Amino acid sequence: MPLNLIDMEPTNAPAKPQFSAAAQDEIKRIITHYPEDRKKSALLPVLHIAQAEFGGWVSPEVQTLVAETLDLKPIEVYEVATFYTMFNLKPVGKHVLEICRTGPCMLRGSDELTAHLERLTGARVGGETSPDGLFTLKEVECLAACGFAPIVQVREKYYEQLDTPENVDAMLTELRNMVHRPILPWEALAQN
Amino acid sequence: MGRKLLTEHINVEGIDTFEVYRKHGGYRSVEKALKTMTPDEVVEEVKKSGLRGRGGAGFPTGLKWSFLAKPEGVPRHLVCNADESEPGTFKDRQLMSKLPHLLIEGMITSSYALGANTSYIYIRGELLYVLRILEKAISEAYANGFLGKNILGSGYDLDLHVHPGGGAYICGEETALLESLEGKRGNPRNKPPFPAVQGLYARPTVVNNVESIAAVVPIINDGGDEYAKLGVGKSTGTKLFSACGHLNKPGIYEIELGVPVEEFIYSDEYCGGIWKGRELKAVVAGGSSVPILPKELILKTAAGEDRLMTYESLSDGGFVTGTMLGSGGFIAMDETTCIVRNTWSFSRFYHHESCGQCSPCREGTGWMEKVLHRLEHGHGHMEDIDLLVSVAKQIEGNTICPLGEAAAWPVAAAVRHFRDEFEWHVTHAKEAARPGAVYPGKAVLA
Ligand SMILES: Cc1cc2nc3c(=O)[nH]c(=O)nc-3n(C[C@H](O)[C@H](O)[C@H](O)COP(=O)(O)O)c2cc1C
Ligand code: SF4
Ligand code: FES
Repeated sequence: MPLNLIDMEPTNAPAKPQFSAAAQDEIKRIITHYPEDRKKSALLPVLHIAQAEFGGWVSPEVQTLVAETLDLKPIEVYEVATFYTMFNLKPVGKHVLEICRTGPCMLRGSDELTAHLERLTGARVGGETSPDGLFTLKEVECLAACGFAPIVQVREKYYEQLDTPENVDAMLTELRNMVHRPILPWEALAQN
Repeated sequence: MGRKLLTEHINVEGIDTFEVYRKHGGYRSVEKALKTMTPDEVVEEVKKSGLRGRGGAGFPTGLKWSFLAKPEGVPRHLVCNADESEPGTFKDRQLMSKLPHLLIEGMITSSYALGANTSYIYIRGELLYVLRILEKAISEAYANGFLGKNILGSGYDLDLHVHPGGGAYICGEETALLESLEGKRGNPRNKPPFPAVQGLYARPTVVNNVESIAAVVPIINDGGDEYAKLGVGKSTGTKLFSACGHLNKPGIYEIELGVPVEEFIYSDEYCGGIWKGRELKAVVAGGSSVPILPKELILKTAAGEDRLMTYESLSDGGFVTGTMLGSGGFIAMDETTCIVRNTWSFSRFYHHESCGQCSPCREGTGWMEKVLHRLEHGHGHMEDIDLLVSVAKQIEGNTICPLGEAAAWPVAAAVRHFRDEFEWHVTHAKEAARPGAVYPGKAVLA
């Protein structure tokens, strides 16, 4: 589990990030799910929103913003952000490919898939980003989709049965053709 | 084909919408419970059904509910465990994404039984897309008067929320889950106090698996006695198995408990046999935490009886010649599988997921991973094999939560049944370390 704060690189995000209006509304809605004196419960959902809004990772500045938003001490956010593996503590490429490496996926070729993706993207697993800045490769543990192995998760989407070159190509093509990041669910709500 | 109580309508077009779900008999259990039954009567039906927790431990659900403390003036909570992260298990994800209203219906009926007015579904963070599906279904349930104030004019109020995790297997352990829901690191709590007395926000809380809560729907609709007629002995009702690995037809199967393992693996109704026309070598029958069994022992018990898909039959023989039903994550391995590599992969998983609170688990999982890694990569020694068994033993019983045991059991079982293969990794180190190397011998039968 990544626990090392020294690992965090200096941010290139704007000095004082701000949540969009849509995200602020979503956060307000989420806070109502918990008792009034238990705002801290909203921490994980708000960290997910923050990571999606600010380029796929949570910089120290973004973590401080989350702390301010929920009236927490920054340390309460840091210790949580570093405990859970979904939060990236370093800048990432446009698309983070999370490849499942656990037993059942390994039985159906996840090692071969990882090697194949390293060759195709030019990035190495372990959080490295491809030279073109498009792909970061990360190995993760079981994604609860073992019957459709091997699996890659990109943001909220699962790409399944990546045991043929065609399926892998289709995934990469789809991601390469994505000009902007997808509209986030709270942005979609605000548009309606 | 056996009866399906949960997944009968799973492939109906639009079943994820309130309207279609309702047309297929949805929300009847809520009407029946709230209009014609007291909360205690609902608990009683669940007790009668014999339903056992589907999250892995198999503890009787009705009994668990009856332990819930009910101090005057203190709110109580029902929390659904949708953290599903046990390798090999992917049933809850399927159930929630295809039949979101089934879980919501189960949550309403169960919350009513427990007297909870605010309930939560804690879903693993990777499944944010399923969270969106659930949230949409929840808003439909509110709009149709099945959630919110005074549900169906009964005077009962319920709010239901979905809460995402952040990527940590340990948050499936119920007290770690509650910590996580409170916005903290997922460190399991010391017990007692148990959640039934001090759970979420130190209030009395019941934590149940997705499938357990979904099963409450048919139990209330048809009665606990009807439910208990299905299955064998103390393994009542139906159970979802998620089948994966080297099978022709991996996927989710709802079966009446009691189907023979052999039929489950080989019949076309279920997994359709082993892929590529190969032989079966071994099975992990209940998620990565349960002991692995070689083909001979998964198909037949040591006494030579057919092994059945029930809690009792799968654990027949204890840990010497048996295993556990666990979460129903059924992982099949063909004859080309390297047991050492597979065991190493699972150890790496547990080391990665240990929360680090207790030293036997934090250090022991790391040690096992390291030793298995060197065995697999051709640098092992003969003593390493007993070292593995000894480390596994020292973790067992010495930790705050059962993750330690979950890490230890698979290693101990792999060495027990496949010691020859481990030894071959030392005597034929170079050969064994080649990618795709296949051990030429056979498993040891206890
Ligand atoms: C390390 C660990 C991980 C667990 N993961 C899950 C899980 O993902 N889903 C689940 O329902 N139960 C999981 N459990 C079991 C829960 O602690 C708890 O027993 C269960 O949610 C109770 O629900 P049930 O009685 O309906 O089965 C896990 C337990 C441990 C020790
Ligand atoms: S057994 Fe492992 S996972 Fe459980 S509390 Fe101890 S260190 Fe954490
Ligand atoms: S092992 Fe990869 S999804 Fe479960």
